Order: sequence, then structure tokens, then C-alpha cells
Amino acid sequence: MRYDTKVCLYVETELQDDEMKSSEDKEKNKKKENEEIIQNAANSDYKYGFVTDIDMHIIPKGLNEDVIRYISQTKNEPEWMLDFRLNAYRYWLTLKVPTWAHLDIPEIDFQDISYFAAPKQKEGPKSLDEVDPEVRKTFDKLGISLEEQMRLSGIAVDAVMDSVSVKTTYKERLAELGVIFCSISEAIKDYPDLVKKYLGSVVNYRDNFYAALNSAVFSDGSFVYIPKGVRCPMELSTYFRINAKDTGQFERTLIVADDDAYVSYLEGCTAPMRDENQLHAAIVEIIVEDRAEVKYSTVQNWYPGDKDGKGGIYNFVTKRGLCRGDFSKLSWTQVETGSAITWKYPSCILQGDNSVGEFYSVAVTNNHQQADTGTKMIHMGKNTRSTIVSKGISAGLSQNSYRGLVKVLPKAANSRNFTQCDSLLLTDTCGAHTFPYIDVQNDTSVVEHEATTSKINEEQIFYCNQRGISTEDAIGLIVNGYAKEVMAKLPMEFAFEAQKLLSISLEGSVG
Amino acid sequence: MENKPNLLTIKDLHASIEGKEILKGVNLVIRPGEVHAIMGPNGSGKSTLSAVLTGNPAYTVTGGSADFGGKDLLSLSPEDRSHEGLFLSFQYPVEIPGVSMVNFMRAAVNEKRKYFNQEPLSASDFLKLMREKRAIVELDNKLASRSVNEGFSGGEKKRNEIFQMAMLEPKLSILDETDSGLDIDALRIVAGGVNKLKTENNATIVITHYQRLLDYIKPDFVHVLYKGRIVKTGGPELALELEEKGYDWIKEVCDKNQE
Repeated sequence: MRYDTKVCLYVETELQDDEMKSSEDKEKNKKKENEEIIQNAANSDYKYGFVTDIDMHIIPKGLNEDVIRYISQTKNEPEWMLDFRLNAYRYWLTLKVPTWAHLDIPEIDFQDISYFAAPKQKEGPKSLDEVDPEVRKTFDKLGISLEEQMRLSGIAVDAVMDSVSVKTTYKERLAELGVIFCSISEAIKDYPDLVKKYLGSVVNYRDNFYAALNSAVFSDGSFVYIPKGVRCPMELSTYFRINAKDTGQFERTLIVADDDAYVSYLEGCTAPMRDENQLHAAIVEIIVEDRAEVKYSTVQNWYPGDKDGKGGIYNFVTKRGLCRGDFSKLSWTQVETGSAITWKYPSCILQGDNSVGEFYSVAVTNNHQQADTGTKMIHMGKNTRSTIVSKGISAGLSQNSYRGLVKVLPKAANSRNFTQCDSLLLTDTCGAHTFPYIDVQNDTSVVEHEATTSKINEEQIFYCNQRGISTEDAIGLIVNGYAKEVMAKLPMEFAFEAQKLLSISLEGSVG
Repeated sequence: MENKPNLLTIKDLHASIEGKEILKGVNLVIRPGEVHAIMGPNGSGKSTLSAVLTGNPAYTVTGGSADFGGKDLLSLSPEDRSHEGLFLSFQYPVEIPGVSMVNFMRAAVNEKRKYFNQEPLSASDFLKLMREKRAIVELDNKLASRSVNEGFSGGEKKRNEIFQMAMLEPKLSILDETDSGLDIDALRIVAGGVNKLKTENNATIVITHYQRLLDYIKPDFVHVLYKGRIVKTGGPELALELEEKGYDWIKEVCDKNQE
């Protein structure tokens, strides 16, 4: 195993283990969070909205077979990969933009987007010092200074800026355990057998319009392989950032947990503020084998557009995991505060007997944001269990929809689902919608669905005011309290950021 | 005590809710070290007075003034009134699911410190303060780590209010029917807490229907609020008289005068 083009860094850190920490430490951390929330609440604008001035390599706008060949060639891909892309592209040409979601999507001109942008650099950096200082500054601004991240948190970070994985940290230490964590481009070169075996096995390019598009033009993303019996000792993390103008971002993430393996994976996303809309269409595929477990956490904070609804990211993402093995477990946790439009349904196919799927979601929409998000739990194996907890928070003129499918197939004897779907409205002008689909084909299964809709309580706000807490901070507290069940599922480092985000994205939302 | 400046001076205060005038010219002066009881029949404006003083946005002030320690109280935001030292023990404390008492109080205490340009308390100092103040109303640790008022019994909610009062060390506390829904033991604990917090520099307004609470919290003045005005003021003996004779005799006098 060799990693020639990317940097590897060694960091001596302790394993972040919640259980190992005393409760007092946790409490201290909580305090710190809260202070930060209060301090940060003061600057209400989208703080990730900067543009990094670096030399970018961007291809002209438009999409055709030559563009796909160019992408594949630039990345030195093998023939089979090019075929994969071209098949997807040809299929995509036969498709129409889906319109079934509860979203008002302006027409997207797919020829008016550049499908590949990469920071210019002749060779891969050999050490941290060689990474373009501007790129590093960007990550510093994001609060993910790589050094610090590594030193403090023991997280291995794969930072994807626009389309190319800038640097994957920590790799060699992981390699000792046989864990592969690298960009998908590298994986295609270095682990073709694994990639061939799994790529597209959960989300076929024929799955949907955006899946086909992604399969044709995906530029980079992360690849994770956890071998049999290995418990990945640190959280793996990818930060996605769109920087270049008029570009789309199409990442592809593939995670495989072999028998008895465990991994916790984090994904964060930000983008600069721009007047025009930008397209993001990603695919995440996860395969979980016998008794393996994958936790996938996302804090999605793509630029949501300004207060008048100008600009912002269109986020059309297909995320799906296959619990192929018996007793396997997949858990999705997402905090969605960004994007002008979100179209996203992280799903679990529970194929193995006794496999478990979980979906914990907080989706916040403000101003003119629209979100149509939820999950699919497909019960195929016996004794499969799934839990869905969705907390929608809407403010401003936004529209927030939960869309979920719980499907129990005939052979899924004794399977169980519990769904809790809550909506919190902050204003009279926003909308919350719920579209739960339940399809049960086995009479030994139990499916439960609970739902509530409530408006933020003015008495709660006044109670906080009387104790000296400003309305903005009160909303932050109340909303974080409302979302606590989901936030508690996030790894600690992410929980800080997510709490801050919740407060910040709702500033000025209650007049 | 006489030389100290007034803590609160209310002059001809008028206030309404949804266009309906509830307070029709309240006058009241409170000096440091004093305990004032405000009594009166249902619907006389007692809770409205506490809501207006604390800046509840549901009410509109239509006239008059309130000076609080040299500041124009009515022009301050509710949170600044709190920072300036005004505290309301709610008649119906509000539940905030998912927000722990620790986080809630930490936010409250540090916001106040920020207002006075003080550094926030460190985690350990804050927890120490919590422990100390909790003891005043015998609030156990479990309650303090639960969500704000969620699943608290009536008595626990009221004790929790006094606990918050202890944390914030207000100059003027308004206890709005703190005795309602309390059994005799809880009443004793709550009143005991209030008495422990009393100093010659702070003051308390006790809003109540019953003499019972005033057995524990001794008032210096008793006011009767009726139809939005203070119609009678006396010493502690007035509360006893009301307990014995009810409000009808006061109502009659007032209604006759109005005619």
C-alpha cells in the first residue's frame, strides 16, 4: 500500500471516547459550547461566505461526452471508470428533472455549469507546508485548521475543496490497522477491485436523475474501507467546500465496513456567498457487512442564499446504505441548516436479518429556504429494526417538508419501525409539511408513527427574557432543547458546531 | 433606612391588554429593605402589574411612569430590567423541554455579568454557586440537571423559581401568587428561602390572595388592588382584617365613591 500523491501526517492523540470522559468534563464542554453560542450569536451573517483567492483550474461550462472524457483523463482513470461514467451520462440524457418533491425549483440549465474545478497544483503536496497557503487559510477560516483538528480531536480529515481532495490526513496510522481512508480518485487507482465491487452497488446510476448525473461527472470524494474485525479508532471526517464560481460540486463517497467492523464518519459542508445558485449533487453509498456498524453524521451548512432568497446552493443528494450483513447497523445523523433547496433522503436497506437502521435529523429552514428531506427504511430481513427521529424547524418564509418511506417486505418477519416526526414553526409565514409513506407487507411487523407540530411559545421566550436572556439567545436555547434528542447523537466536536449553527441560522427569525 | 433613595416609584401607571384597560392609575413607592404585599380580589390587576413591570410584551403601557433605581423602567427591554435587578417569580413557571437548568441558569447569570462588563463565571465557580444557592430552597441536584421545569411538581416549580431568584440576586423580587398550589411544607421551604435572601438593600413584592403566606413572609405594607388601582394601604394588620372580612367591604366603599 502506498500513498504517493497525498500527504500523510502522524498525530499522537488520545481516542475520543465519550464514555471515558467524566461527566464533569462533559459538563464543562457543554458550558463552553453555550458560551460560544452566545458569543457567536452576535454575528448573524453566514460566516462561511468568504471566497478563497487561489489559482483554480476550471473547465468551460457545459456537459457532453468530451467533458466526461476530459474529467476521466485528467484524473488518469482506468478504462472501466470512463465506461461507468459514459454509461451513466447516456442514461442521464434520457431522464427528466424530477418534480415530485414539495419544492419550487427554478429551471436549472445543466449546460451553464462547469463540471470540474480544482485548485491548480502540479504535484500533490508532500507535507502540510506544501499545501497552498490560501487553501490552508480557507480551512483555518472554516475553523478546521488541520493541524489543530488533528492535535486536538484525533479526527482524520479529508478536505474536499471544490472537486479535489486537498489532503487526507492521518492515513498511515490508519493504514497500520488496514483501514483505507483516501480520496475516491486515489481509491480508483490504488484499490480498483474494491471500488469496482462496491461503486454503484447501492446507488445505481439508474437510480435517479441526480444519481445519474453524479455518476457521470463526479470529481472526487472519500473512500473508506474498514477491514474485518477492525474498530476504527478515530472519527473519520470530510469537509466539503465549494469555492469556484459557476461550478457544480459532485462528490462521491463510498464507505465499506466489513464483518465486525466499526466506523464513525463525519461530513461537513460550506460554500461562499454568491448571488447565483450553485448545484451540488452528491452520492454517498455505504455497505455494512455482518455485525458491522457505521455511524454517518452530517452537518450541512451550504450557503442558503440571502434574506431575499437570492443565491444559495441547490443540494440534491442521494445517500443510501445497505445493511447487507446479519446484525449490521447503520445510523444516519444529520443537521441541515444550509442550502437554498435541499433534496435529500439518507436511507437504509435492511437486508441482513436483525439489522438496524437509524435516522436522526434536524432540518432548519429560514428566509426563503426550502427543504424536502427525510429517509427510507426498507425492511427486507427478519427481525430488522428502524428508528426515525425527525425534527423540522421552520422560520421566515421557508418551507420545510419531511418525506419518509417505511417499507416492510413480505420476508421481513417481526420487523419494527418507530417514527417520530416533529415540526416547530417560528413564524406565521413559514410552512411545515409531512409526507410519511408506510407500506407493510408482513403481518408480524409493527410500525409506529408519531408526529407533532407546534409553534414556538412566546411564554417560553418571555420567561427567558425575564431571566436576562435576550430573545435571540432564548430562541437558540429553546430550539437546541427541542432538537436535543438528535444533537445528542452527534459526535462531540460536531455537536459544538451544530449547536452554534442552529442558533445562528435562526437569528432574527422571530420578530 | 429612610434616607435611602426609593427603589421603585410607580406614578399613575395605566396599562391595557388587547385594548382593555386593566391598570387605571397605580401609585406605589418601594424602598430598599421593605416587603410589600399586594392583595385584592380576582381580576383586580395584580398579575397585570407584575407583567407590566417586567415588560411582558402582551401588555401595553398607556400612561404613567416607573422609576427603578434612577432608571426609566418602562423604556428598558425585559432582559435589561432583569439585569438591573428586577425578578419575577412566575405564577405559572414555564417548561422548556430539552434545556437543562444548568445551561439555562448559566446563560442567565453570564448575560447579567456581561451587562455589567464582567467576565463570565468559570464552569467550576458556576457549579459551586449553583450548589450553594440550591441549598437555600432544598432543591436537589437531580432537579437542577433536568430540563427547565419539565416534569416538576407544583411545589418543585415554585422552589425552582426561588432558586433562580437566589442565583440572580435581584434588588426587587415580585412573587406572583407563589403560594398557589403549595402544600404547607413546600410553603414553608419557599417562604424560608425568600426570608434567607432578604437584606436591607433589596425589596420584595408579594402578590397573594391569602394571609397564610404572610404568616411566613412578614410584610411592612399591605396594599389592596381593586379595579386597577390601589384603593387601600395599611400595615400587616390589614391582611388579617381582609382574611376575616373578605373584600366586599372595600369593594362597597370604592364602588360607592365612584358613583
